[in-house]
Amino acid sequence: MRMEEIMLKIDNVSKKYVLGQLGGTTLRDELQRFSAKIHGREDPTKTIGTRDYNKGETFMALNGISFEVKKGERIGIIGHNGAGKSTLLKLISRVTAPTGGTICLNGRVASMLEVGTGFHGELTGRENIYMNGAILGMTKKEIDAKIEDIIEFSECRQFIDTPVKRYSSGMYVKLAFSVAAHLDSEIMIMDEVLAVGDMAFQKKCLEKMSDVSKKEGRTILYVSHNMNTIRQLCDRVIVLDHGIVAFDGNIEEGIDIYMGIQAGEALSVEYNLQTIPRLYQFGEHLLITRFRFLNKQEPVYYSEEPIIIALNLTSKINLEKVNVVITIKDSSYNKIGMTLSDDFSIYQGKNQMLTLKLILDTLSPGMYCLGISIISIYDNKEHYAYDDPGTKILFEIKDKNYPDIIWHKEYWGNVRFPNMQFVNSELLYP
Amino acid sequence: MSQPQNFKTIITSDHKLFDLHLKETFQYRDLIFLFVKRDFVALYKQTILGPAWAVIQPLLTTVVFTIIFGNLANLTTADIEGNLFLPSFLFYMSGNICWAYFSTTLQGTSNTFLANSATMGKVYYPRLVSPIATALSKLIAFFIQFVMFLCFWLYYILRGDTGISITPMLLLVPLCILQMIILSVGCGIIISSVTTKYRDLAMLVGFGLQLWQYGSPIAYGLQLVPDKWMSFYMLNPISPIITTFRYAMFGFGYFDLSYYIYGWGVSLALFLIGLIIFSRIERTFMDTI
Repeated sequence: MRMEEIMLKIDNVSKKYVLGQLGGTTLRDELQRFSAKIHGREDPTKTIGTRDYNKGETFMALNGISFEVKKGERIGIIGHNGAGKSTLLKLISRVTAPTGGTICLNGRVASMLEVGTGFHGELTGRENIYMNGAILGMTKKEIDAKIEDIIEFSECRQFIDTPVKRYSSGMYVKLAFSVAAHLDSEIMIMDEVLAVGDMAFQKKCLEKMSDVSKKEGRTILYVSHNMNTIRQLCDRVIVLDHGIVAFDGNIEEGIDIYMGIQAGEALSVEYNLQTIPRLYQFGEHLLITRFRFLNKQEPVYYSEEPIIIALNLTSKINLEKVNVVITIKDSSYNKIGMTLSDDFSIYQGKNQMLTLKLILDTLSPGMYCLGISIISIYDNKEHYAYDDPGTKILFEIKDKNYPDIIWHKEYWGNVRFPNMQFVNSELLYP
Repeated sequence: MSQPQNFKTIITSDHKLFDLHLKETFQYRDLIFLFVKRDFVALYKQTILGPAWAVIQPLLTTVVFTIIFGNLANLTTADIEGNLFLPSFLFYMSGNICWAYFSTTLQGTSNTFLANSATMGKVYYPRLVSPIATALSKLIAFFIQFVMFLCFWLYYILRGDTGISITPMLLLVPLCILQMIILSVGCGIIISSVTTKYRDLAMLVGFGLQLWQYGSPIAYGLQLVPDKWMSFYMLNPISPIITTFRYAMFGFGYFDLSYYIYGWGVSLALFLIGLIIFSRIERTFMDTI
């Protein structure tokens, strides 16, 4: 089968960096250091009072990762900052060489350039298309054949014979993206390039990318922190964590795992909120000191199980009528909805514990995050928030099986509303 | 599930000493051409005189040299003893255009990694493309200057009151130019490789070239060099190139086959060493730059 062809094979690849001052020093420093070492004196180039504790230590940006990518796959690579995403892309695009392991490529690799890299301000848009295309490995002939498509896609036709130094940054990106998108490369690498450019163009780019991938069987490696674009474009994700592959497979699962990794203490049942620094006026008068998921070893809920939580509050003033608000977000912190408690009162100097039952049975399985705030509602129905610690409290809804249908998050999202009711059903005669 | 498959590109950590990516560099010839065009076009954008600047610079330098070194300091412009007349203006111009090519190319290529780190840090293309393009774009300027030189040269030949004659040695001119390219690129890529880690050499290049110029027969004829120092003086590989160039153009002058071959040997050796260091550094220079 053609589609089964492996385009990229990463085999036990690692990349080591040396920590501390090493690169970019001057020869003089190095010679001084060398002579001091021979004569057993202290290093004269060292700043006084510092201990070079990480001098000469190494850091494994990638620590033995392996995976294979088949033709036409669109892979999202996610991970927190420093997980090794960019290093991986650098190795694949041959910007730098691995310390160990093998990378096998079956075809040309095109990396999407950052805004304006490889562009020369004095040259016109058209000349820069040729330049940029050639940097990415196209021949002049190939660019000739595609120049019209490229100009059309870039939406810059009007300015194509103007030096690009007069372009806006958005136009830069559009032009750069257009060149890369029309490349005949078998493997495309995109590192968060879509961050610039207006929404409409972003959408156009993502559509173009999945289009070329589906029609021409191009392989795409896409790095982003924007989970929504990952969902739109990719059909598989690889989660990197501290230089190893933490997960490889289904998108939603991968994103959940990534969010778990990102939260650090993933899935805790108890949060001490007393010392967490607050934004704005939060916590001045009233403080949420503790949050717990009750009766649980870990915040994982099965099917229709209600979620019972406990909140500890302390107040500096008397408040007659306040409410708890729980906001629910999905694993990429997109807001899903909120739920409001009944009124309660709290008095000056008192500690109070509230136990609440959340009914979230409309949520589909997956990882979620909840946020707490305490508000009071004015007569005009506007509200004022007394405290919002801003902590992301993760919980998971698991193994929820609907009797009638298998849930597809990629189509339907996170909420299943109650079933529709037939008001009437009748046969119509023409 | 993974059937044995032939991969087109395999990236590993080990590096063969003579893995110079020359074939790949050739495949990127369109990029070389575009870089040359960019360097040349961008240089003269928003100037009134445009490429005429390529002519003005050596012309003015030559005039200044003729006045200062020729008329005021009264330095000899003869490479050998003899009474064949050579206009000092032509002497200085021949040295100047050669030196201008050599020094600008060396300076340009010695900056390869630092100047292109933004692009090279994002995308792979054979790194050798950059110094080659620099050498070629400077070559265009050189040819413009060479044509100017030929005009003066022809004028003096037609006047007939000089010792200049056209001899078969003229065929050595292209070889001299080739040797200049190889020597300057060789030195340039060695420096650019070392400067990825130590910036000292980048500092040295500017005034080092100035000093080097005084150690080369550009502002004075070889006659000025005492015989006992001659073999030492000729260790400078650019000296035999320039004297040979003059000998080829004027039909008389200094030509010593052993120094000439030595010059070629040094040029080729530096070029080869440069290629090897360059292809070694280019794999990981992004980590240390």
